[in-house]
Amino acid sequence: MMNNSPGAGPAIRIEGLHVVRGGRAVLPGLSLQVPRGQVVGLLGPSGCGKTTLMRAIVGVQKVAGGTVEVLGLPAGSRPLRHRIGYVTQAPSVYADLSVRENLAYFARIVGVRGAAVDAEVGRVLDAVALADHAGHRVGRLSGGQLSRVSLAAALVGTPELLVLDEPTVGLDPVLRRDLWAIFRRLATAGATLLVSSHVMDEAVRCDRLLLMRAGRMLADDTLAGVLEATGAPDPEQAFLTLVDRAEAAAAAGTATAQEVSA
Amino acid sequence: MNPRLTLATAGRVLAQVRHDRRTVGLLLVVPCVLLGLLAWIYDNTPLFDRIGAPLLGMFPFLVMFLVTSIATLRERQSGTLERLLALPLAKADLVAGYALAFGALATVQAVVAATFSVYVLGLDVAGSAGLLVVIAVVDCLLGTALGLFLSAFAATEFQAVQFLPAFVLPQFLLCGLLVPRDQLPDVLRWVSDVLPLSYAVDAMHTVTVRADGTGDVLGDLGIILGFVVVLVGAGAATLRRRTA
Repeated sequence: MMNNSPGAGPAIRIEGLHVVRGGRAVLPGLSLQVPRGQVVGLLGPSGCGKTTLMRAIVGVQKVAGGTVEVLGLPAGSRPLRHRIGYVTQAPSVYADLSVRENLAYFARIVGVRGAAVDAEVGRVLDAVALADHAGHRVGRLSGGQLSRVSLAAALVGTPELLVLDEPTVGLDPVLRRDLWAIFRRLATAGATLLVSSHVMDEAVRCDRLLLMRAGRMLADDTLAGVLEATGAPDPEQAFLTLVDRAEAAAAAGTATAQEVSA
Repeated sequence: MNPRLTLATAGRVLAQVRHDRRTVGLLLVVPCVLLGLLAWIYDNTPLFDRIGAPLLGMFPFLVMFLVTSIATLRERQSGTLERLLALPLAKADLVAGYALAFGALATVQAVVAATFSVYVLGLDVAGSAGLLVVIAVVDCLLGTALGLFLSAFAATEFQAVQFLPAFVLPQFLLCGLLVPRDQLPDVLRWVSDVLPLSYAVDAMHTVTVRADGTGDVLGDLGIILGFVVVLVGAGAATLRRRTA
């Protein structure tokens, strides 16, 4: 490491994260790193623990063990609440307020004051291309507009790390492309983005991939690296190959264990 | 806690209510209609003067209890609570913001209902009519605080609505409106002594029948505000940043 400034080191460092939900180990010991200034895709099937992992990073998940360090600080510590933007899977904004009222409220919560609130709301509205809808009631927007409002609400105050839980799922191709363009612009401006999806096609949009299944990491690499390691032609095939390998390894492990005990 | 964030939250809650004109209308009109109905039922009897004022305190309490329960439950279910708890907002700011917003609404409601009762329905108040409004506002705050606290234990709207008969009706039965509290069986009287609504009704009763009861009323109000503070604190304590 060149220096000890807080800008150095990975954006997220997780070691041995252990999370139990409803008596089941959802994350039975997970380790990973997310470098700064990149768009990192967290890909895996529904129910594999992506949301739980993201909640642990944001600091709203009860964890049973392990280390989660975000921007050099323990996850969930108070100074981080100004520096992380979190978009939950369901659009979490107030349906009975206008777009502008929603964003102004969240801007005030992250510490924007007075006349700067309007400027900040204008900035994030432009970022998600919703300036035309500023006065509209959120509950009357379309699904795509709604998820962009939810994203905009996470962009107020220019957080250094954005944790986005399935922001593009269920949206049409044009909207998905637009959102990924926004993510790219944010990363170019210096933010780190962790974006989850269960659509493997989205891997091509990411700088790095975290492939996850049943609470475990199958791969933590670039797309090129994953394709090379698996010899697969596309991300979906690569994922399936990794799943097969993991299952074969697990079966071999079980067989060995049985031989030992026999 | 940060007063700016508390005020921002109160402003946001009021903006939500403001967009819902029908709710505002219901909040202001329903207590007046009910009190009017009561005055009509007890026309030509002294009964309206006896129970009109306690009910003036009770209706806003009920309405605020329901509105607050549903509002906070919605915040939990919509995911906005999870977002807020990941942001630099103290839990006390959120709860106090709600209490402030609904307290402001309650004040308007109490002023309208009390004015209507005294000047239109001819409710006879021996003490000060201003004090009547103050008691009604404090009762509203009590409803808000109880709703904030209990909503933490409701997983669905159905449960939240059931909390009304479960936690509010017993207070209504024991508050002294049906049978004066000193005529209740001992055990029930002890129970009524620890229920906040009893003090609300005592205060309303005092202000209507005694011109010199301000001291007693303030004592009752102090007790109710104590309940409010404890319930709001407990409500904030039930919010957890980290959940399973």
